[in-house]
Amino acid sequence: MKWQFRNDMPIYTQIVEQIKVAIVRGEYGSGERLPSVRDMATEAGVNPNTMQRAMAELEREGLVFSQRTSGRQVTENLELIKEAKLSQATKHLESFMNAMGELGLGQDEIIKLIMAAGKGEENNGNTDLQ
Amino acid sequence: MEILTCNKLSKNFGRCTALDGVDLSLAGGKIVGLLGPNGSGKTTLIKLANGLLTPNSGSICICGETPDVNSHKLVSYLPERTSIPLWMTAQQLMDFYEDFYEDFHRDAAERMLEHLGISPKQRIKQMSKGTREKVQLIMVMSRKARLYLLDEPIGGVDPATRDYILSTIIGNYEPEATVLISTHLISDVEKILDEVVFIDKGRIVLQSTVDAIREERGMSVDALFREVFRC
Repeated sequence: MKWQFRNDMPIYTQIVEQIKVAIVRGEYGSGERLPSVRDMATEAGVNPNTMQRAMAELEREGLVFSQRTSGRQVTENLELIKEAKLSQATKHLESFMNAMGELGLGQDEIIKLIMAAGKGEENNGNTDLQ
Repeated sequence: MEILTCNKLSKNFGRCTALDGVDLSLAGGKIVGLLGPNGSGKTTLIKLANGLLTPNSGSICICGETPDVNSHKLVSYLPERTSIPLWMTAQQLMDFYEDFYEDFHRDAAERMLEHLGISPKQRIKQMSKGTREKVQLIMVMSRKARLYLLDEPIGGVDPATRDYILSTIIGNYEPEATVLISTHLISDVEKILDEVVFIDKGRIVLQSTVDAIREERGMSVDALFREVFRC
């Protein structure tokens, strides 16, 4: 996994987010066993306690669960993974809408832009905006 | 249990006050950054903890005991300057550590040397400054100590090697042990720290967890340091 951390928020919350993305994308498949906390911490270059805290949070949300003998696994509940995907998409969408709002674009214009981008029409960003 | 405690600890060198009434307590299982500008007292504190200096007043304890010959069994110390004998080979250095410290794990040291492509037959003298620092850190981290005192472990090495050194620290310290890292390269070490202690002119000005700083202030420890110690 590629790890990247920003400076303005706690590292464990960023780990939670990045592992969620990995689960949603299937990098960590449903039911898959996760590496040990120490191994994951070493890979991410973070403190093992920080990784532990992130895991505890993911467990609380039900996306991973631990079994006494076989370590930690990704949930087998596909519904939960789907929910996580939706909630991440919603979060991205909110920040996107905010950014567009700041540019003074209305919903119709935004939708037009999205459609255009989806078709691969670039037009130097100069779509039918008045 | 507290691994390191300081009680009104003071140290001066002649008229110069290096530590001025330090009260500090570090629990086990934590990686702690000892952060402060040059001349703030970081190395003095570490030397006191290792019994290389004695306090003028106040006290310092390692696992409840005053630092002495016996505490060397509990403390693994990386001095700020390379202090390993230059004429030795890495092999001889491992023999040396094995003789001195019961808790030295030779297999761990050999594995790390191999991983870095350092031949055990090479003499320390023939190694570059960075490689010497790596070898010494490998020796220090191959011990199963209660307290690791690392004085500027990443000072003289390139950023890629810094990452390797930091992952060596994370991957090898005992989970119940405390690691105290002094440095001013804060943005490099920030990710591996549980707690930070800011020291200025011989006094502790802040002790907090990294998460709390980021959560409450919305800034990195590096940014906070720049704010606190603005010149």
